[in-house]
Amino acid sequence: MSLLDVRDLAVSYDGRRAVEGISFTVDPGEVVALVGESGSGKSTTAHAVIGLLPGNATVDRGRILLGDADLATWSARRMEALRGAQIGLVPQDPANSLNPVKTIGAQVGEVMRIHGRGDRWEIRRQVVELLTRVGLPDPETRARQYPHELSGGMRQRVLIAIAIALRPRLVIADEPTSALDATVQRRILDLVDDLRAEFGTAVLLVTHDLGVAASRSDRLVVMKAGRVEEQGHTAAVLAAPEAAYTAKLLRDAPALSVREYREAEPAPREPAIVLHDLVKEFRLGRRPFRAVDRVSFEVPRGTTHALVGESGSGKTTTARMVVRFTEPTSGTVTIPGAGEGRRFRRHVQLVHQNPYGSLDPRQSVAEIVAEPLRNFRLGDRAARAARVAELLDRVALPRDLAGRRPRELSGGQRQRVAIARALAVEPGVLVLDEAVSALDVTVQAQILDLLEQLQRDLGLTYLFISHDLAVVRQISHTVSVMSEGRIVESGTTRQVFTEPGAPYTRELLAAIPEPVR
Amino acid sequence: MTRYVMFRAGQAVLVLWAAFTAAYVLLRLLPGDSILIKFQNPELGLSPQQIAEIRAHYDGGASALATYLDTLSGFLRGSLGYSIDTGTPVTERLAEALPETAKLASAGFGLAVLIAVAIAFAAASSRSSWIRGALLSVPSLFVSVPVFWLGILLIQVFSFRLGLVPVIGGSAAQQLILPVLTLAVPISAPIAQVLARAVDQVRAQPFVPVVAAKGASRQWILWRHVARNATLPALTMAGLVFGELIAGSVVTETVFGRNGIGRLTEQAVNAQDTPVMLAVVVLAAVVFVLVNLVVDLLYPVLDPRLKAAP
Amino acid sequence: MNRVGLGLAAAWLVIAVALLWAVVPGLFTGYDPIAGVPAEKLRPPGGPHLFGTDPVGRDLFARVVHGSAHSLSGAFTAVAVGLLLGTLLGVLAGSAGGLADDAIMRLVDVLLSVPGLLLALTVIILLGPGTVNVAIAVGVGSVAAFARLTRSEVVRVRRTDYVEAAFGSGGRYPAVLWRHVLPNSLGPVVALAALQFGLAILAISTLGFLGYGAEPPTPEWGLLIAEGRNYLATSWWLTTLPGAVVVAVVLAAGRISRSIGKDTP
Repeated sequence: MSLLDVRDLAVSYDGRRAVEGISFTVDPGEVVALVGESGSGKSTTAHAVIGLLPGNATVDRGRILLGDADLATWSARRMEALRGAQIGLVPQDPANSLNPVKTIGAQVGEVMRIHGRGDRWEIRRQVVELLTRVGLPDPETRARQYPHELSGGMRQRVLIAIAIALRPRLVIADEPTSALDATVQRRILDLVDDLRAEFGTAVLLVTHDLGVAASRSDRLVVMKAGRVEEQGHTAAVLAAPEAAYTAKLLRDAPALSVREYREAEPAPREPAIVLHDLVKEFRLGRRPFRAVDRVSFEVPRGTTHALVGESGSGKTTTARMVVRFTEPTSGTVTIPGAGEGRRFRRHVQLVHQNPYGSLDPRQSVAEIVAEPLRNFRLGDRAARAARVAELLDRVALPRDLAGRRPRELSGGQRQRVAIARALAVEPGVLVLDEAVSALDVTVQAQILDLLEQLQRDLGLTYLFISHDLAVVRQISHTVSVMSEGRIVESGTTRQVFTEPGAPYTRELLAAIPEPVR
Repeated sequence: MTRYVMFRAGQAVLVLWAAFTAAYVLLRLLPGDSILIKFQNPELGLSPQQIAEIRAHYDGGASALATYLDTLSGFLRGSLGYSIDTGTPVTERLAEALPETAKLASAGFGLAVLIAVAIAFAAASSRSSWIRGALLSVPSLFVSVPVFWLGILLIQVFSFRLGLVPVIGGSAAQQLILPVLTLAVPISAPIAQVLARAVDQVRAQPFVPVVAAKGASRQWILWRHVARNATLPALTMAGLVFGELIAGSVVTETVFGRNGIGRLTEQAVNAQDTPVMLAVVVLAAVVFVLVNLVVDLLYPVLDPRLKAAP
Repeated sequence: MNRVGLGLAAAWLVIAVALLWAVVPGLFTGYDPIAGVPAEKLRPPGGPHLFGTDPVGRDLFARVVHGSAHSLSGAFTAVAVGLLLGTLLGVLAGSAGGLADDAIMRLVDVLLSVPGLLLALTVIILLGPGTVNVAIAVGVGSVAAFARLTRSEVVRVRRTDYVEAAFGSGGRYPAVLWRHVLPNSLGPVVALAALQFGLAILAISTLGFLGYGAEPPTPEWGLLIAEGRNYLATSWWLTTLPGAVVVAVVLAAGRISRSIGKDTP
């Protein structure tokens, strides 16, 4: 018999249907992955199971059977007794998921206090035991510390300890690792696997990352626009997807698609970007902190160079020095063909990570794209309008979007607008700072295709900043791997991915989730 | 940490010095005719020469800078000069008025905090959106009420209509009830608004569903997790309204005919008694700056995240 | 229209009526606000006198209607002074940064450390009583609030990616300030102006009540309430009704301010 049996579930927000006709089961000790892009309804489904839907949501129809009990009919009070004891939750965002003003020990022990398990001493002993079990070094000290004193990975371990404290039969893991660096992500997922094997807990894994779902689940439930598109055993779905949407997801997921490496023609090309011994120091209190430490590389004209690293590796600071938003402490950035001062901006353009923040909410799309032209006084009003239309065509946006405001656009459309703006003054170099990281995989794949095509047509040189090795593998000709401000490895993409030299690169590559089961 | 305390204390001293200087320039240097207003009165029959002598008696005939430095050092030593109106030391007049106002203001502030907490948490606990909305609109009503009018209205209702509080006479406590209520209502509003908003913001934070997932009830979450996080912004606002407390006392004391700093201020303005006014302004600034310094220094105690930072 | 929309519409209606009172008082009342009819003194509300009459037989409603001109023009002046000085200081501090920012914000701290009413009274000692002086005094008291909000908004917008992108596409400082920073930071400032309009009416009526504003028999709202104080036991309407009008106008301004604040991103 199934542990969890969801039948024909329908949920609406303020009367608008968010998910409909959702049915799936989770067997004891099994990992079932709910996969989908943003807005697919996967989080709504998971929150309905644990009874934590926001106030404006209602369960319209369906049954949520945990054993024999139908949770959909339970009162708030009865659900309180169930939560924590029978169903645990591992949340999405470890940075903000712990109360900042309470100690770790108090927050882990709280779940036992709420359910009246043991006295103070017993709880204290169990807290230390749990923290040890989830792999936190020096658990007695950790228990006395506050959340801000722990790293993201450590906080996620604490949250896992809370979720498994009372050995629930089911743990809901809602995007448990999407906010973490790749190497940390892998260790956390390993921990979840271990605990599942040890306690026999079933896991409902909610994720947007098909790579994670493929490598960590027994069965897949693929969701799209509030409905289940397809479900089945993970290996079977991956081998022969039935739904067209699943096939598209598989094709677009960078970690799962096996594309040819991009390789530049062997003909020697003159460099478009040259970094020489670039150093950036920040003052943190009294001692200087070296964010970028003697970074050197060259990017041949018309190719893509990727700068890969985890958070804090110095890759973004390097990019900002290339576009001259940050002054280097020492060393040089040379961009042949770029002028000085404001003219520099005609040759080098930056595309920001967050397409929601990089467009002025008060301007229309046409105004945004025309802004560089106005700044450099290129053409009259009519010429600028013609150029805007041409640029929208270039980035494959319908022309009638010109009058819209950014908030009326999707994430992918916004990023196209940002790219169109960058292209307006016909630059030679584009610096893309995590330019596709905030987008869903299918949109990500479209933007990557667009970038490739623009490079072919316009002979652009890209400096591509990313934490995502799978994406980098697709788009770049050459790669530099950064760690703690230094470049630990450099080479063609093929070299770095097939014959990694540095141990750090090998660790990063191992963290790319692969369908193993 | 100690460096932070020193830095904030230094900043507070600087602000106080600047406030003193600005008030001094406005009140003592620019008008300069407060003596004329008092002694020019023909009934006194003073000749211009005699007036000049009186003026010399008050400011010593020294240069503007010397007078300023003299007054400043006087303030630092606790000597605040002489009232032009009554001729008595300003310190004496302040000492007479201060206890009454301190009583009124502290009781008013305490009641204001109680009202604010009651409104914010009643709204947060309520499941009915109608009751919630009604409770949350109370503070906007409270800030829109003129303090003097509220005082008059309370006298009218409680003293004249219901006869619950005697207009004249009555015990000290009875005399305090209506003024304290009058003062507390407008002061409570901004604290309640900030507290209610903070409670809402904290409840929208990702850690709240995590606590709920442990099986905690609404009340458990509200009192054990949300309350403490929401205290910080409310505390800041409480510090900021301390200034309004003094301003509110001026009006309240006038309406209820109580003798205190408020009355003193009113008399000082009417008589253009600038030494008294200067002392009152500086006193208000001192109270405000000290209270806000304490609030700033309390922050790291309430929020462990601020302990590590500067 | 839902409940929220209804409340907002009512707020605009109150402000509109108050403005009309100020501009065309004759449309609302035929009584003279200054000259009374002694025979009709202290009539309770109702009948020909909507708000009743005062001790010298003047129609209270006429006095309230005519008084709105004093209160509203005073509040406009006060908000103009605060908005102009405060926004200027805030934009300067927020966009210049560094030493200028520090200096301006310490000045604002000083303004903030003295309660608004005491600041206003200080200005009145300096300039003497009178309606215009009272308005200026109240305006000076709100400079600190405007300056702080404007500065924090300018600093917030300056840190956004779209401002960096504007510099990245070759924008010069004044163009970026004008095209991006100001339009995106002034929304909350406009909301504050609406709120301060209400608070200025409160402050002006308070100073009028204390006797530093208009001279009797001018029908200023605070003064009306002060005049009615001596008849508390017998004629409740003399204080209650003008006060209720003040509350309604201030409440409406606050409601409008909140709706502006909500609309801005």
